[in-house]
Parts: sequence; structure tokens; C-alpha cells
Amino acid sequence: MNNDHPQDNLRESATFDRTTMAEIRRAAETGIYDIRGFGAKRKLPHFDDLLFLGASMSRYPLEGYREACDTSVTLGTRFAKKPIVIDTPVTIAGMSFGALSANAKEALGRGASAVGTSTTTGDGGMTPEERGQSDKLVYQYLPSRYGMNPDDLRKADAIEIVLGQGAKPGGGGMLLGQKITDRVAGMRTLPKGVDQRSACRHPDWTGPDDLTIKIQELREITDWLIPIYIKIGATRTYYDVKLAVKAGADVVVVDGMQGGTAATQEVFIEHVGIPTLAAIPQAVQALQDMGMHRKVQLIVSGGIRNGADVAKCMALGADAVAIGTAALVALGCNDPKYDDEFKQIGSAAGFYDDYHEGKDPAGISTQDPQLAQRLNPVDGGRKLANYIRVLTLEAQTLARACGKSNLNNLEPEDMVALTVESAAMAKVPLVGTNWIPGQAF
Amino acid sequence: MQSINLAEHSVRQLNQLLHDQYNHLDERQWDVSQTSGQHNIACGLNQNLEVNIHGHVGYFCAGMNQLAYVTVHGNAGQGVAENMMSGTVHVKGDASSAAGATAHGGLLIVDGNTGARCGISMKGCDIVVKGNVGHMSCFMAQAGTLVVCGDAGEALGDSLYETVIYVKGKVQSLGADCIEKPVTEKHLKKLKKLLKSAGAEEDPAQFKRYGSARQLYNFKVDNAY
Ligand SMILES: Cc1cc2nc3c(=O)[nH]c(=O)nc-3n(C[C@H](O)[C@H](O)[C@H](O)COP(=O)(O)O)c2cc1C
Repeated sequence: MNNDHPQDNLRESATFDRTTMAEIRRAAETGIYDIRGFGAKRKLPHFDDLLFLGASMSRYPLEGYREACDTSVTLGTRFAKKPIVIDTPVTIAGMSFGALSANAKEALGRGASAVGTSTTTGDGGMTPEERGQSDKLVYQYLPSRYGMNPDDLRKADAIEIVLGQGAKPGGGGMLLGQKITDRVAGMRTLPKGVDQRSACRHPDWTGPDDLTIKIQELREITDWLIPIYIKIGATRTYYDVKLAVKAGADVVVVDGMQGGTAATQEVFIEHVGIPTLAAIPQAVQALQDMGMHRKVQLIVSGGIRNGADVAKCMALGADAVAIGTAALVALGCNDPKYDDEFKQIGSAAGFYDDYHEGKDPAGISTQDPQLAQRLNPVDGGRKLANYIRVLTLEAQTLARACGKSNLNNLEPEDMVALTVESAAMAKVPLVGTNWIPGQAF
Repeated sequence: MQSINLAEHSVRQLNQLLHDQYNHLDERQWDVSQTSGQHNIACGLNQNLEVNIHGHVGYFCAGMNQLAYVTVHGNAGQGVAENMMSGTVHVKGDASSAAGATAHGGLLIVDGNTGARCGISMKGCDIVVKGNVGHMSCFMAQAGTLVVCGDAGEALGDSLYETVIYVKGKVQSLGADCIEKPVTEKHLKKLKKLLKSAGAEEDPAQFKRYGSARQLYNFKVDNAY
């Protein structure tokens, strides 16, 4: 709610605030639900509600600059002959060519490679620019199977079977016609300019028993060389993670409801799924109950912005994280230097979320060649690499303060929660107490 | 010719032997026996091989096939020839659901019937089914051709893009945005060729053609449900 009206005697309704009323008018005008990109915009219990307990008397800190704090992670140790080794736990999440320009995809690959981490394709297949610039590329296997082919599968360093996304668990994808250029259409085998709907279910299997066979098929095709991830949107996370492990995943990716999207119904983004904070302990519990924690690696995403968020994910038990929105912002998404142009398309820098319209002044979520060329992939890659370095340094700083010589030695015991809700979700004590809601003293 | 008995060798061993032919082709003809309905037999082939599989196979047989000619002398489980790129897969018996799902190229021939969702999301392959196909066949199918010499189940071609469907028998119902379209000379020619390559005796003139009405192609209020 925004109470910036100059007259004190005017009171805005908390229930019917201006954004709510604007949406009612928009709906009345158009007769169709609102579609947008970005992630959930409502306030949710999040990592900001957690604090680290730095070492003092009872714990022994590590020297901030000189003492080693390892950040490398090995993903896919369960079955793959060639697991992926990354130098930082921060990976780049799957974002499709189609939703993003080829330059943006290339920049993501360059940035990730510069800091020794992995990047991920998306709905719409693998582009040569992206493969060429990504040392470690995860190839998504989605319900649509756009551009899916065994040659690219064999070129991949890992396969990620996408069951869902945090922004829309239970929903499929969409890419509206204005972004379907000749190249995008060709890669997806669709006529140009047609709205593309990606199915919400895989076409050739249903349920976890089928998925087990599907995973084996992908392993057979790739001769058991590369890891297979399963990505789920966070909802019934405890059970879904258990089933993913049972089906044979090497790595489970859990994407919370804050997770970004290229185009989804607003009602879906804001009302389906659970916050990342609540999902991680459920996923970790599932892995621990199966004796698979750290054997099947856990990657977490959805609303990760800084090194503190990374460290908190790790402390809750994740092995690595993935970033989408933050990576796009590092490339220049929503940059205030384009504010005038954002205004011309009815938005403003910092608010822009109409990725689906393909008119992004920053040249990232677009297929317009003129706009796309505004993003220089080399510059973009350098900025992204810098940003990931900062995330890694920040996470190391916090880990050393807690006396850890390896990021994944961080543990829930290193944290407290500021609110009752976050204490209950993260299963760490409310600050100043030893109370974890839902657990006996 | 190489013969592999799946009672003695694992599917993994068989597939590795077949994949090895990609780098070094020293045997084109392969005979596989004692399949016992195992899954993922002969998937990921990428060489001009001729593979004869004697017995029933489980899920995803010949999945993602490239170049190879695979014949199943028996029935096939779910997702036979899924995501095939090229080559030919011929099932002499029946095939279960999602036969030829998402396949980009090549030819799938099923002498018997298929289960539900035959050719779901197909992206350019040709499928000829000499018997019937189950419900929701060609759901969201994007390109390529499905020929059904028998009947088609409910909701044929639901949310169809550009795949063309020919059915000789009865269609229980058409799915959203799928309509009957006229058969022209051009279509007859293509159909005749396909029937011939599948070894089907049917008269092309007896088939009806179905395709997309293209009314769902762009998002508008009336399409929202
Ligand atoms: C522009 C954009 C496109 C995306 N495309 C895909 C996709 O193709 N497949 C997928 O699994 N997730 C996709 N996602 C979701 C991301 O993989 C990831 O789950 C999410 O962005 C993580 O949350 P964050 O944005 O808060 O970091 C996309 C996200 C964005 C912002």
C-alpha cells in the first residue's frame, strides 16, 4: 500500500489499494487475466528474516582474508561418471532462448564460465552461442521438448528434467507470438508469430514410476556419463523431493515461489507455491530421512539476491543455489538508465515485468534485433562474473565469521530467526529464545 | 550379423554396443532376442543400423532414434520412438500410449493399434498406424503427418498446430481447434507415398484429412478456457 497522498484526511483502503483497483479496472477492460514476467511481488517470509550468529567466545572465527574458505561444489556424484565441479555454489538457472535474446544467453554463459560455474538452457533448446560460451552447460528437458534432440543432449554437461517452476508449480509455459521470430519459431518447430503454450505435463510419462524409466532412458542415451537433475516448483516439497530421489535423480533443484518467470498469469505467480525459505528445510528433511543428504545434491532457487541469501541457503542444507532474476539485473534488466523508455511502454525502471511483450529497453527479454544489440554479451558477461564473485565473497565472509572453512559447513545452528513465522519455517530458534515453533523445548 | 540375447546381456551392454557403432561402424545388422519387455532397448542410436528385436519391449524403445531402422517383432510399451529424429521404427504388434511422442523426423510404423496420445506433441515425423489410435492422439502436435488406417479415439488433434492427420475409419470426436479439411491432389500424393512406405494397402481416396482451424493461435479472450 502506498500512502503518499498529500491530503491527510484521505485514507487508502488496505484491502482495495490502488494496485488492486487498477487490476479490477484492467480486468473489466480486457476480459483476460494479467500475464507478466518476474517473480512474486508480495512480501513473503524470506532470508532477510534470518541472522547469523558470528563466533565470539563459544565459537572460533576464521581470519577474514587469509584463512581458506572453500566454495567448490561437486554436483551429480550419485550415478554420473562425470559429475560437475563448480568453483562457487552460485549457478545460473534455466532461462529460455525465446524469453531472452541470444545475446543475453551468451552473456549468461560468459559470466558463468568466467567464475567456473554452470549455466542452464531453457524451454526452446540449446543455442550454439550459449553452448560455445558455457564451460558447463545444463540442458533442460521440459514437457514441450522444443528443440530437444539427442545431439545436444550428448553435448550437455548435465540434464535437468523440469517438472515445475516456483513461479508456477502445476502450470505450463507460454511465449506470446510477438516474441516468436523466425529463429525462435524454427527452433521450436512452430509457425512464426503464433502463441506458444508449453504443456504442464510431460507427454510420454506420468508419475514417479514412469519417471524412473525416463531417467534411465536419458542415462542410456548419454551412456551414464552426465548427471541428471530434477527441478520442482516448491509445494509439497518433502514428498516431491523423496519421489525425485526415488526416481533416480543425481541432483534435486527446488525453486521457491519467489522464483522468476518469463511469462505467467499474475494470479499464478502470487498465489501458488510456498516461499523458498519454507521449502529448503522440507527438502533437506526428505534427503536426511532417506539417508541421501549430500549424496543427492540440493540446489535451491527463488529470490536469491546477495551473499547472505546464498550463505543462508547453504546453512539450511543446500549444496548450491541458482539465480535467475538477479543474474538478469546484473546484465542490466530494469536499469534506471532506460527509465524514459520504460515510461514510454507504461512501466518504470525497477518495476518492469512485461518480459512477455518482448519490448525490453535493456535488450534482455526481447527478440527485437535493435533492442537486443543494446546488450553486449562480453560486457554483460563481465558484469555477471563480477556479481557472482561478490556473492561468493559475501557468503565466504559470513562463513568465516561463523568459523567455517567450507561454505557447506554452515549449519542451521549458526542462525536465528527474527520472526515467529520464519523461525517455524526455517526451523531455527526465534532470536533471543530457544524456541522453534512446532518443536518441543 | 551380431546377435544379442537379453537374457545374457543387460540393456546397458546392448545399447553401449550399438552406440559404439557411431564412432566405428563394424556391424550394421543386429538381432536382439529374449527381450522380456525390458525398457529403453535400442534408444539413442545414431548410426545407419538395422536392428531386429524379437519379442515384446517396454517403455521408450528406440527413443530419440537417429538413422537406424529398428523393427520390433512384438508389442511395444509406452513412448516407442519418442523424440525420434530420423530413421524408421516399425512395430509389428501393438504400441502403447505416446507412440512417437515429440518425434522430429523419421517414420514410425505400427502394424497393430496404439494406445492414447499417439503422436502427442510431434514435431515433424511421419506416423502410420495400420489399426486404431487411442484418445488425445496428436495433442498439441506441431508438424509432420499421422495416418490412421483404422479408427481414432476421442479428442483427436486437440490444440493442434500444423500436423496433418489422415483417418480412414471413424473419429470418435475431434479435440479443440481440430477440423476436417478438404483432401486435394497434393494431399493424396503425400498420403499414397506414406502408405506405400509403410507397406499399407489402403486406398488413399478413402481417408479424411484433419488439421488445425488455427483459432487458438493467438491469445484472446475467447480462447482463455
Ligand atoms: C526470463 C526467465 C525465463 C525463465 N525460463 C525458464 C525456463 O525456460 N525453464 C525453467 O525451468 N525455468 C525458467 N525460469 C525460472 C528460473 O529457472 C528460476 O527457477 C528462477 O528464475 C529462480 O528465481 P529467481 O529469479 O528469483 O532467481 C525463468 C526465469 C526467468 C526470469
